[in-house]
Amino acid sequence: MSGGSYYVPESSKWPALGSLAVGTMMVGLGALLVHGRGALVMTLGLVAVLSVMYLWFRDVVHESRRGLYDAQMDRSFRWGMGWFIFSEVMFFAAFFGSLFYVRTFAVPWLDGEGAKGVAALLWPDFTASWPLLNPPSADISGPHEAVSPWQLPLVNTLFLVSSSITLTISHEALKEGYRLTARNWLIGTLVLGISFLVVQGFEYYEAYAHYGLTLQAGIYGSTFFLLTGFHGLHVTIGAITLAVMLGRIIKGHFTRDDHFAFEAAAWYWHFVDVVWIGLFLFVYVF
Amino acid sequence: MRKTLAWIMGAGSFLGLASSTLANGWNMPAGVTDVSREIYSLHMTIFWICVVIGIVVFGVMFYSLFRYRRSRGAKSANFHENTSVEVVWTAVPLLILVGMALPATATLKRMYDASEADLDVMVTGQQWRWHYEYLGENVSFTSSLSTPRSQINGEEEKGENYLLDVDQPLVLPVGRKVRFLMTSDDVIHSWWVPDLAVKQDSIPGFVNENWVRIEEPGIYRGQCAELCGKDHAFMPVVVRALEGDEFDSWLAERRKEAEAEASGVDREWSMDELMERGEQVYGAICATCHQPDGSGAEPTFPALAGNEALLNDRDRHIDVVLNGVSGTPMAAFRSNLNPVELAAVITYERNAWGNESGDVVQPSEIQALLEQ
Amino acid sequence: MASNLPPKPTLEHSTTTSGGLAHEHHERPRGMLRWLLTTNHKEIGTLYLIFSLTMFFIGGIFALVVRAELFQPGLQLVQPEFFNQMTTMHGLIMVFGAVMPAFVGLANWMVPLQVGAPDMALPRLNNFSFWLLPVAFTLLLSTLLMPGGGPNFGWTFYAPLSTTYAPPSTTFFILSLHMAGISSILGAINIIATILNLRAPGMRLMDMPLFVWTWLITAFLLIAVMPILAGVITMMLMDINFGTSFFNAAGGGDPVLFQHLFWFFGHPEVYIMILPAFGIVSAIIPTFARKPLFGYASMVYATASIAILSFLVWAHHMFVVGLPLVAELFFMFTTMLIAVPTGVKVFNWIATLFQGSITFETAMLFALAFVVLFSIGGFSGLMLAIAPADFQYHDTYFVVAHFHYVLVPGAIFAIMAGVYYWLPKWTGHYPDERLGRWHFWMSVIGVNLTFFPMHFSGLAGMPRRIPDYALQFADFNMVSSVGALMFGVSQLLFVWGVIKCVRGGEKAPAKAWEGAEDLEWSVPSPAPLHTFDTPPDFKPVTH
Ligand code: HEA
Ligand code: HEA
Ligand code: HEC
Ligand code: CUA
Ligand SMILES: [Cu+2]
Repeated sequence: MSGGSYYVPESSKWPALGSLAVGTMMVGLGALLVHGRGALVMTLGLVAVLSVMYLWFRDVVHESRRGLYDAQMDRSFRWGMGWFIFSEVMFFAAFFGSLFYVRTFAVPWLDGEGAKGVAALLWPDFTASWPLLNPPSADISGPHEAVSPWQLPLVNTLFLVSSSITLTISHEALKEGYRLTARNWLIGTLVLGISFLVVQGFEYYEAYAHYGLTLQAGIYGSTFFLLTGFHGLHVTIGAITLAVMLGRIIKGHFTRDDHFAFEAAAWYWHFVDVVWIGLFLFVYVF
Repeated sequence: MRKTLAWIMGAGSFLGLASSTLANGWNMPAGVTDVSREIYSLHMTIFWICVVIGIVVFGVMFYSLFRYRRSRGAKSANFHENTSVEVVWTAVPLLILVGMALPATATLKRMYDASEADLDVMVTGQQWRWHYEYLGENVSFTSSLSTPRSQINGEEEKGENYLLDVDQPLVLPVGRKVRFLMTSDDVIHSWWVPDLAVKQDSIPGFVNENWVRIEEPGIYRGQCAELCGKDHAFMPVVVRALEGDEFDSWLAERRKEAEAEASGVDREWSMDELMERGEQVYGAICATCHQPDGSGAEPTFPALAGNEALLNDRDRHIDVVLNGVSGTPMAAFRSNLNPVELAAVITYERNAWGNESGDVVQPSEIQALLEQ
Repeated sequence: MASNLPPKPTLEHSTTTSGGLAHEHHERPRGMLRWLLTTNHKEIGTLYLIFSLTMFFIGGIFALVVRAELFQPGLQLVQPEFFNQMTTMHGLIMVFGAVMPAFVGLANWMVPLQVGAPDMALPRLNNFSFWLLPVAFTLLLSTLLMPGGGPNFGWTFYAPLSTTYAPPSTTFFILSLHMAGISSILGAINIIATILNLRAPGMRLMDMPLFVWTWLITAFLLIAVMPILAGVITMMLMDINFGTSFFNAAGGGDPVLFQHLFWFFGHPEVYIMILPAFGIVSAIIPTFARKPLFGYASMVYATASIAILSFLVWAHHMFVVGLPLVAELFFMFTTMLIAVPTGVKVFNWIATLFQGSITFETAMLFALAFVVLFSIGGFSGLMLAIAPADFQYHDTYFVVAHFHYVLVPGAIFAIMAGVYYWLPKWTGHYPDERLGRWHFWMSVIGVNLTFFPMHFSGLAGMPRRIPDYALQFADFNMVSSVGALMFGVSQLLFVWGVIKCVRGGEKAPAKAWEGAEDLEWSVPSPAPLHTFDTPPDFKPVTH
């Protein structure tokens, strides 16, 4: 290990300001949800969070470019990013777990199947199915149609899978020192990512406008929007990160063997891609 | 010296625990069913196993503390590893655990076998009372706390069964297998009677099964055991166990009353009759939230006394009581109360506490609405 | 007292207190700003510890409100609505505000010192993790003042009491918990990166002190389960604000799903609150027995086994919700299994004491009380694990007795033991032993007075989370309330002792305790702001 060169920043404004910004955003969001007003505070908070992130990362970039970081520091970043992605995996695990639970246990039980089938006593008219188009209670109107996997979702799958491939090509190019090639493939990746989001937006519109598939449409709508929504949010974050990497490639920040930021963004993107595969299979296909 | 004391205190507190749990009222009741006694003996077995392990383990520990004190001139040894001891003290507890798990498994299997019951009782938890329905018998009623508020607030001496008394206990036969079907109309409650060793959550929208075969007649008391909101402490369970034939005549009596009341739906009720019946229903069910004097508890529970908006809108009043307000504690009472009770309580609310609408709601009107 | 003995340092290090790239540039800010902007692991550790102590007091005062109302039957001081908020807030604040941050604070201080690192791996992130907490808990506490009051559905916030039937402030509660969760995850990432990446050259994993090991595993648990909590509260947020049906059977959801998710987080969470305690005790007992820890390797494996098992036992909190029989049996068996590795730990500690040369400094007293009282809590845990019997124990004061034994004389005593043990390193002074002994004995008596009678009231049938109870429980409750007051007041001695030690006292050398072997005792006392700027030479001690 390296002797005595581990970089320890002396002090920084960003963390404290960052927590204040997060707090402001949360208070605004809470007020918006509970009292219907607070959008301004929330937006302010969000802008503050983004600004702090920008300034914080700018410091890190400067330090990195001044050569203050050594190989050990690089490993710290790698461990950090790796475990962060693991935490994200667990976040989605909670949602996938919920989906499996309602599909294999709750919904069949409500219809009288399985170990807790007596529940059907309370819902004599209910028939289980998945996607659940007729929720147990008549107060909740279900969607009249489920989303077919073989239309927009399939297109989106192709978009995301190929974006992972283009990103890998870009990365390989960077490692070989072909900056322009790397740049072009990264632009391609971004285009695919953004197309994904556009298609997703279109699908949401369809769901609300034509399928009656809404957040209020019972458990199918709930799980559908929970999983695809948080996934979409992650695609958005990933795309922003990749856009920043594009800027840094253009500015010439990365060298053939020193471009961890790029790699981290790529890990994240692949993670988002893998989540989508899970989504495609269990939310749409099966 | 102090260590000796500590040693004695340690051992003493264990023996104290051991002997005192045997005294009455300090320990789990053995109860009045096969299952409850099995559970009790499981409980005592594990307890004594833990006591013995504790005495051995803490014995060695306090011995070491006493014997190897530095102030006594102890020099420390330097050993720090021994695979065989590690294996032993992994394997021995494992065996003890297997010994505990076997009887526990057997008991659990018995508890889960609710088949071939002689009687089905649907138990529905509601904020903050229990609703009982004898399935197929056309008998159902609500059971709520009967301890007066004045005792709770310390304005009056607390009675013998303070907080453990209800207006109408659940009546069950001795010697027959009774299956419970537990559910809830609002949040999760848990129906618990220690002497019967039945504790089962009642979950809104789902049904849990449990069963009991009581062996001795008597009165058995318990409480709601799942936090269910502000009056969670005031939601007791009382079971009155009767000999089989006494139970049968009780049930027949109740069935007759129910039929009488059902036939009462068709006739015209007087204001006074409705007010009298309404006051009973209101006191038993509605008063926990809307208060005995109808003053409510704003902002959560609206006042009914002097509630102009309500008094001006008779239809909405009926609708709210029948169908509840979803997403609030105000439950739909259409299936918990019969048409007479519904008509009575609405009439009562529209004419009590200075509400002088003069409106009378007839059971037949409610009946017609329910059939829609 | 052993602490008066001349120290015999075995590791001699020239720890640099200056130099290093870090502090060439600008002046360090002073005053409040210095604490706000710091990236130093020791300062952040101190911040965490102060925060945690504050929360312990706030949570403790809430507990005293509960105990005061329960002093006798009847409603005297508070209304049920408020009582429920006190119980809930007490649980939340103690778990998320007191115990977890205390352990993170100790990790911040000690992990870099014990592995020979210059600081935490990601110092700025470290500061961010800390400053999220005061923001989160200010928001959480402020819900008490909102219309309809604060959270009143228990620290386990079961749906639908916490969704459809919850007060409006619940949304704020959820958001504050999100912030606390982010803080925990980032903190844990930092600790893992530090341990895996910043160890002194030559220190292998199996050379690390047990406190480091237990924290490595705890951090893993945190990263694995805090996101689950985040997920489930997000689903609550949606049920409350967007009309989804996750926990509502009418739409095809299930309230029990909430409990599965919560306890998949919640059970590992309780081990998050005990594993670092095991680490602390494993440092203290060998030191004052002057004998190496017995069975180092088996201790590591036992900790790892507990962590792995902790993912497979969650539904033992749900034995009465009506799980299918197979599930019931599975969770009963896995839960019982946890007694095995935990037993291994207890036996190893006792074997360490055996044939030692034992002295009883305050830190040691707390550690020894931990072993006994935690085990008692463990025994009642094992009783709870017997599913049929849990039908009688569940949601009674027997459970309350169980978890306070593992948490108060468990986690809290271990934290206090750790504080007494490392105070000389932090302040350069020995803590006052006389005061420490007073604190110890008062606490031991108080804690047992408070929580032991709860076993009886629980077995006799007293449900938990009630502001008023039947007359037969009166005597037990009175004793508990008196004990709680006594235990609470004794904690003032702790604060006094710590302040006194910060301000002065007998000077401590680098190696403050004769039997202490780990790397932290090789740097001067008090530890200078920057240590191990150049990695130390590490020579494995005998494990
Ligand atoms: C630090 C926290 C902590 C720890 C370490 C534990 C440890 C254990 N807990 Fe506990 N538990 C809680 C915190 C903790 N618990 C909390 C907070 C709750 C309530 C949550 C709520 O509802 O609010 C709870 C509730 C709880 C329940 C649910 C009760 C109910 O609600 O009905 C159960 C049931 O199985 C349980 C079991 C156990 C077991 C088996 C252990 C085991 O790990 C204990 C193992 C230890 C020993 C057994 C002692 C030492 C061993 C030996 C000396 C070896 C030899 C022994 C034998 C072979 C017997 N706990
Ligand atoms: C680590 C966690 C932790 C800790 C340390 C404690 C500490 C204490 N707890 Fe508890 N407790 C929980 C975790 C914890 N608790 C949890 C998770 C629950 C479940 C909540 C739920 O049901 O949802 C619970 C529930 C709970 C209940 C059950 C409430 C109910 O069911 O309604 C009770 C009742 O007595 C109680 C009491 C106490 C007491 C007296 C202390 C004492 O140890 C506290 C002592 C500390 C102080 C008193 C503060 C410090 C001192 C001062 C400020 C000095 C000034 C003092 C005076 C002026 C007197 N706790
Ligand atoms: C568990 C608490 C609870 C119980 C028991 C209860 N209510 Fe209510 N009630 C409420 C709440 C809460 C509301 C307010 C609902 C809302 O937000 O519109 C309400 C509203 C009402 C209203 C409408 C008031 C208005 O101004 O809109 C009427 C009428 C009413 N209840 C009658 C009754 C009757 C009759 C009973 C008994 C048979 C009863 N309630 C039992 C909680 C309760
Ligand atoms: Cu119903 Cu508690
Ligand atoms: Cu647990």
